[in-house]
Amino acid sequence: MTEVGRARRRKEDARLLTGRTQWTDNLRPPGTLHVAFLRSPMAHARITRVDVSGARGMTGVVAAFCGQDLAAEQGSLPCAWPVTEDIVIPDHPPMAVSEVRYVGEAVACVVATDRYLAADALEAIEVDYEPLPAVVGLEEALAPDSPKVHESGNQAYTMKVTSGDVDAAFRDAPIVIERTYHQQRLIPAAMEPRAVLASTDGDSYTVWTATQIPHVLRVMLALTTGIPEHKIRVIAPDVGGGFGSKLQVTAEEVLCLLLTRRLGRPVKWNESRSEGNLTVHHGRGQVQRVKLAADADGRIRGLRVELLADMGAYLMLLTPGVPLLGASMFNAIYKMDAYEFGCTGVFTTKMPTDAYRGAGRPEATFGIERIMDELAAELKADPLEVRRRNWIRHEEFPYTTISGLTYDSGNYEAATDKAMALFGYDKLRAEQADRRDRGDPVQLGIGVSTYTEMCGLAPSRLLKEARYAAGGWEHGAVRMLPTGKVEVITGTSPHGQGHVTAWSQIAADALGVPFDDITVIHGDTAIAHKGMDTYGSRSLVIGGVAVLQACEKVREKARKLAAHVLECAPDDLEFAGGAFTVRGTDARATIQELAFAAFTAHDLPDGVEARLDSEATYDPDNYSFPHGTHLCAVEVDTETGLTRIRSYVAVDDVGKVVNPLIVEGQVHGGIAQGIGQALFEEAVYDADGNLLTSTLADYLLPSAADLPDFVTDRTETPATGNPLGAKGVGEAGCIASTPAVVNAVVDALRPYGVHDVAMPCTPERVWRALEGARS
Amino acid sequence: MPRITVTVDGITYEEEVEPRLLLVHLLRERLGRTGTPVGCDTSNCGACTVMLDGKSAKSCSVLAVQADGCEVVTIEGLGANGSMHPMQRAFHEEHALQCGYCTPGMVMAAIDLLRETPEPSEEAIREGLEGNLCRCTGYCNIVRAVRRGAQEMGRAVRTS
Amino acid sequence: MIPAQFDYVRPDSLDQAFRELASDEDTKVLAGGQSLLPLLRLRLAYPSKLVDVARLPELAGAHDRGDHVFVGAMTTHDEVMRSPVVREGCPLVALATATVADPAVRHRGTFGGSLAHADPAGDLPAVVLALDGVFVARSAGGEREIPAARFFVDYLESALLPGEILTGVKIPKLGDGWGFHYEKFHRTAQAWPIVGVAVAVRRTNGAIQEARIGLANMAPTPLRARAAESALQGAELGDQVRQACGEAAEGTAPPADLHAQPDYRRHLARVLTHRAVRTAAGAP
Repeated sequence: MTEVGRARRRKEDARLLTGRTQWTDNLRPPGTLHVAFLRSPMAHARITRVDVSGARGMTGVVAAFCGQDLAAEQGSLPCAWPVTEDIVIPDHPPMAVSEVRYVGEAVACVVATDRYLAADALEAIEVDYEPLPAVVGLEEALAPDSPKVHESGNQAYTMKVTSGDVDAAFRDAPIVIERTYHQQRLIPAAMEPRAVLASTDGDSYTVWTATQIPHVLRVMLALTTGIPEHKIRVIAPDVGGGFGSKLQVTAEEVLCLLLTRRLGRPVKWNESRSEGNLTVHHGRGQVQRVKLAADADGRIRGLRVELLADMGAYLMLLTPGVPLLGASMFNAIYKMDAYEFGCTGVFTTKMPTDAYRGAGRPEATFGIERIMDELAAELKADPLEVRRRNWIRHEEFPYTTISGLTYDSGNYEAATDKAMALFGYDKLRAEQADRRDRGDPVQLGIGVSTYTEMCGLAPSRLLKEARYAAGGWEHGAVRMLPTGKVEVITGTSPHGQGHVTAWSQIAADALGVPFDDITVIHGDTAIAHKGMDTYGSRSLVIGGVAVLQACEKVREKARKLAAHVLECAPDDLEFAGGAFTVRGTDARATIQELAFAAFTAHDLPDGVEARLDSEATYDPDNYSFPHGTHLCAVEVDTETGLTRIRSYVAVDDVGKVVNPLIVEGQVHGGIAQGIGQALFEEAVYDADGNLLTSTLADYLLPSAADLPDFVTDRTETPATGNPLGAKGVGEAGCIASTPAVVNAVVDALRPYGVHDVAMPCTPERVWRALEGARS
Repeated sequence: MPRITVTVDGITYEEEVEPRLLLVHLLRERLGRTGTPVGCDTSNCGACTVMLDGKSAKSCSVLAVQADGCEVVTIEGLGANGSMHPMQRAFHEEHALQCGYCTPGMVMAAIDLLRETPEPSEEAIREGLEGNLCRCTGYCNIVRAVRRGAQEMGRAVRTS
Repeated sequence: MIPAQFDYVRPDSLDQAFRELASDEDTKVLAGGQSLLPLLRLRLAYPSKLVDVARLPELAGAHDRGDHVFVGAMTTHDEVMRSPVVREGCPLVALATATVADPAVRHRGTFGGSLAHADPAGDLPAVVLALDGVFVARSAGGEREIPAARFFVDYLESALLPGEILTGVKIPKLGDGWGFHYEKFHRTAQAWPIVGVAVAVRRTNGAIQEARIGLANMAPTPLRARAAESALQGAELGDQVRQACGEAAEGTAPPADLHAQPDYRRHLARVLTHRAVRTAAGAP
């Protein structure tokens, strides 16, 4: 039996289950100092005075600084995605110097011997602010008389792409539907709050940080601070979830590095949750105007999408590019004649937005899947039937979509049929009809989401076209140790996904060594020396392939050595079960024996270097395109507005699967997060720009008691673009589930004349929608 | 400063503590027991859950002085002789953890739940874990793990 | 987040506790700390000293006192909900307590602590109000009893005077023929109730003879839904009860906050009261 495809229990678990963890906050080198940041209570203000002297004399306080103190060295936090030629990228000092633009922006800090004393000393710092007007709403921000977030105005960029004759598609179209959808801001809320520890030996620097991107961060820290790159080592120890929120170059990382340089001692920061709600980048935040033209039979003619995307106060690492990750996804799995996508990035006096699980693709999927249901309602047709009329049929792959992507493979029919069977679709529709007939106060709603997404970010040449500042390759290295054990080094940086287990499975098959003989090393720029890290469902489809290719190179090197040892031609060797056998004989050499021979190097053939190891860098030609059909049944109490999810079925096609257990876990978690957006979560700012959801008592994350069991299954249409046939699964659940749930809520309410409920679909919003429709 | 005596995972400590010192910081920063993490400041997330005199408690919402004379069991003290507690094993078998940050608290809450309800229904498990948030798993596998852990613990009781 | 500094004492007796409380006006009583600790950590409270009364034996446990149950202030929620005395003598208290927060918080949080916190969004104030509980407060000067109707003065403000400690609450037993229900409406399991309705009804021959309704989070203090209570007298299950419960929001002043606006809360109060009354009355 091959390892790939097995439901291997994870190698990562034992440590995590017994508390022998390496969270950044667990690390405490001798002499560690603690930094605490004083943060702006104002959304927008000029800083007229900062006096840190009161803090300086306090017990345990080593130093206190304001932005002005650090101005000469702190640089500007980077934005790596200037999406248009004329984009405005404002200066973004890690610590505010003269103006604050969101509540929570750091204005001063205290470094003390103890975190308790640092927190105390913050209260002795005096700051005077001259209030400036907050800019909260997106439409309002673009009004000509709006106060400005930055001198240059409130528009970061605007762009538009068109494919096909959009005017013609809409001209005389029998059906035109136009809707506005709001993607509320979300707080990623990884369970581990951020933490940073920076230390120096006087010459070089080590930064431990709860990050998804140690490699990218190292480059960016060097560029931002001017510390030479080779003097910086970044380590991502155990990282407790990310979901995009730790795909960032943060103010605190830069500042801890600068503080350790100034003070010569290790400096540690760890975030409190209420601080994190304010200052970990937020996700989503869009107003979507979606307009669809269709023929009378429901065939889509054209689609127009216009986004206002909330950038927040500054452009962080990927801020402007996130909404554009949806640009090629609004057309989703559907064929159409014409498509137009426009997006305007808008500055507001709120925490910057950036990648959050799915990043641009959930938003796009929501927009199209919601309006497909509106089309079905208009046609009085079943929403799945309307989708069938428009989707790419399985025999049409590879298929180049209206937005220019080429989908390599897929089978929407198979996934949908399977999902309908598991869900009991017809039976639930019958129950729905019955409840409607009876006027049951608890109505049943059925929601559909037939999604696809682009994963495996990303082919470097496509990133160049998208004006992204880096590439999308990934690196893997494999070394066989003298005793036949294997070290796999990966440039991906897991934070819960299970790379150690999955990469072991890949290497076990490729090298024919036992699963337990493999260890996987990651997350340290001094050891995993090349990498582009983990985000965008890229790790397996790019990083996993790099590991596979490195294994194949090791195998080929072993083949040369085996030929030498067994005195035959390399082509006469068969490789199976971890050993080379001379075809037709029983002469054989195991890969472990060859590893030892390569170690002693006593008798290597010409041109073969010592040690059995190799490395590979993989850069894909295309994205991968997972897809699937998610079906959700909700019961909506029309008297209170409360929605309860009754059943949820997800059939995903993520291509070939390395570990079904891990895939299922990713889907479960993604669905839960998508449900969170649909029903529970919203980062709410008031008109003055204060975040009202700064604790987990106000920002509601679903608990086990708030969610049902999910039924998950798969179809398997291999990706053709990579040798693993894998498509990626990290974001799928989160992309698919939000529209499935909201479609279900709206479906329940349609008989009452409701055709939309804004997210999150709180009981109050549902009730108001019903009240509005009744009056 | 108050002097307290507290037993943590079987070891008795006498410590002088500031009254405001949180139990979780006593564990993590004074006693070096970093297996118990902190996830929030409003007692919502449950990541810091430990057993305090045999019952689950959120150690970020208990002052160290309040634990004077008490016995604390953390995730690090669950297993015996280097082997995992049946609930820890069940979490492993059912893939009930991903990043692992909520896991110590989740395991403690699960064990506490079984103290009162040795054979819980799915609903009882979900309600019993309402004070522990997980952002990775969607809880499906956690529920399965608790069920499995319950079975194994029940079996252990019956055969002992 | 980290609490600011404070002193701490754990007196051995109530008398010593009174002396400690008198020493400084910024002294606060510490019970289980489940409401106070988050406030301290967020630096929303700066007490100079905490007087920890959680272990005082006089404040512990629930006791059957004939016509009432006396619930000691430091009885934990977990003890309350499992107490045979409470389950038998005032089942509504047990029902509602089981919905407070989550198991770990219920192990530490106390009956008296959450009542003295006087949070109108709490579950227990509405329950004790509905049951006409009597608060027993003691100070160096002696003991006094405060009826629930006078205990909740304003938002997070009780009738306890400086120097007073709540020792427990007398919950009258209602006798036979009563049914109970606590209807809690919240967005997630661990969220505070948007509205909570605590109901006790006595029903004979299909009609409600007497109803007591406490509302959580419908005003700066917990409230009795007096208009609905009177309208329910003699109401038969069905339209009469429904109509009577339509009065449940009379006289309320619900807050507007992140989770709901006042008009929605009023609507919920009516719907939930109806549901709670029906359930309490044993309607199918």
